[in-house]
Amino acid sequence: MAYDITISAQGLVKRFRTRRGVVTAVDGVDLQVGRGETFGLIGPDGAGKTTMTRVILGLLKRTAGQSSILGYDSMRDTFAIRERVGYIAQQFALPGDMTVMENMCFFADVQGVDRHEQRQRIPELLEFAGLTRFTGRIARQLSGGMKKKLALACSLVHQPQVLMLDEPTLGVDPVSRREFWNLLGNLRAERGLTILVCTPYMDEAERCSRVGLMYGGRLVARDTPAAIKKTVPGRLLEFTPSDLQRAVPLVARLDGVLEVQTYGQMLHVFVDKVPKRRREIEGVLAGQGIACAGMREIEARMEEAFISLVRRRREGEWTSTPLSLKT
Amino acid sequence: MDEYTIVVENLTKRFGDFTAVDRVSFSVKRGEVYGWLGPNGAGKTTTIRMLLGLLKPSGGQARVLGYDPATQAKAMQAHVGYMSQLFTLYKDLTAAENIRFYGQAYGLNRRALRQRRDEIIEMAGLQGRERELTANLSGGWKQRLALGCAIVHRPQVVFLDEPTAGVDPISRREFWELIYAMAKGGVTVLVTTHYMDEAELCQRVGFISEGRLVALDTPDRLKQTQMRGHVLEIACGDSEAAMRALQAARGSGQLPLDDVALYGAQIHAVVPDAEAFRGPVADLLAAQGVAVNAVEWIAPTLEDVFISSVKGREE
Repeated sequence: MAYDITISAQGLVKRFRTRRGVVTAVDGVDLQVGRGETFGLIGPDGAGKTTMTRVILGLLKRTAGQSSILGYDSMRDTFAIRERVGYIAQQFALPGDMTVMENMCFFADVQGVDRHEQRQRIPELLEFAGLTRFTGRIARQLSGGMKKKLALACSLVHQPQVLMLDEPTLGVDPVSRREFWNLLGNLRAERGLTILVCTPYMDEAERCSRVGLMYGGRLVARDTPAAIKKTVPGRLLEFTPSDLQRAVPLVARLDGVLEVQTYGQMLHVFVDKVPKRRREIEGVLAGQGIACAGMREIEARMEEAFISLVRRRREGEWTSTPLSLKT
Repeated sequence: MDEYTIVVENLTKRFGDFTAVDRVSFSVKRGEVYGWLGPNGAGKTTTIRMLLGLLKPSGGQARVLGYDPATQAKAMQAHVGYMSQLFTLYKDLTAAENIRFYGQAYGLNRRALRQRRDEIIEMAGLQGRERELTANLSGGWKQRLALGCAIVHRPQVVFLDEPTAGVDPISRREFWELIYAMAKGGVTVLVTTHYMDEAELCQRVGFISEGRLVALDTPDRLKQTQMRGHVLEIACGDSEAAMRALQAARGSGQLPLDDVALYGAQIHAVVPDAEAFRGPVADLLAAQGVAVNAVEWIAPTLEDVFISSVKGREE
């Protein structure tokens, strides 16, 4: 089977003119998302995730480059895109004074779904989202998690082939987040929907087929969650030093220590070899009167990988700044 | 002997027929970082409001630093800090002005104000941005500034109600460094969160569901005691097809799967016993024509444990 490209961007650039000058929010992004993929977009605040999503959707004008969904150009074919793509914007709010059913019908009308189809499709979607019991409830009185599920159901009312979700679970509790992601999993498994989702939650990134890390308007890493986790350097030791602040510089200086991250009262230390470095760390800290409790090797998660990748980018900026000044 | 700064016994809050907080009891030691995990509406914020003396309990009692919040809130306030979900900063004031405003509200004199302003600016990493309008600061800075304002009067107990919602992972790590720096200085921290990885950072974690404290222990101990069943991680060729097959087997009761979810190219399924069901799961998928690469028994995350624990109570 050929790799069927659903969402595509080449050399995509978006600049904004602000009072402080020109800001490049999206800086030459190449992206291809295949049919049926769930692609997660992660990155620090202000990395350009929302802007890129909006440019690809055709809600913002691109400054340069190309972008399309299902072969339709983001700028020329906005109507064709609107018909085939569902979108949940960040902090998206449903009309709170309308019932669940009224919301669904409203979105169906806006999307031009005729009444006959609405009668069939809306009950199916409410069942899918687990909202059948709440059809008559005013949207404002739904819990946070149910509001998000209603937003998802509304975004599906015109049977899109592609979903673009911008932080769809922000501020929602873990149980509801998991339920929401289970719904996305079902859309992927049963309907083959292509989903692009921006998320600040690293555990959600683990649930995507591929993940892209945005930093400074660029897509600096993209791969499966498993492959991204493998990019962290070396192996990972976790322990609780009795004096964290003194321990950090002592450990960071040691041979074979590739990176040190704090984790609450614990330290995460990336090392080249586990048994040897473990002994050395314990030895050096003991020499300074610092005890290490609970030393163990752990698997790096998306979160450690994310921090490591962004840090290396930031350090890279320091060394590359003089170079870019020359040009 | 450990000194307890927060002691809560059978604390209850009813709004009409609705019981928001239902006979909750716990104690927190001086210098402890104590976390609360639970869905929206589980009663976390209501409990904090009672501990702050903003709401009167319907039953039970609480002591914060020996004060009864219901009757001695005024005397207690000088020793307690609070940062809410919506960091209450004035966006049209600068960072330094926000600190001064909160310092004045707590009655700090001019010298103390100057000293605290400098300390907090340094703590929040805001050197050189003192005069920037708060509205122009990024999420992580705003959040650290809000924490600084909440502790401008050097409280001994700090309540943080979802302090890190919507902040990126790096800023969240930095924020937790500050939390532990405070705890080391003897401050007691009670924090609520939606992030499982943050709950793992607490010394003890309470699971809150429908107004009740259903479990309370260290994260490691919770994983050992509260998880019903084992988590299998299934790696296979076509995870979408495998997902459909497992959902069907779950629906028909062919396999006792408690939870089935897609994780990237893999599937996580909760079974009563990993060793007993590893084979049947692989056989079922093979029979459906799905190539299975590996079925592994993996450690549960705190999220798995939380969901298992809460579901267990419902049943």
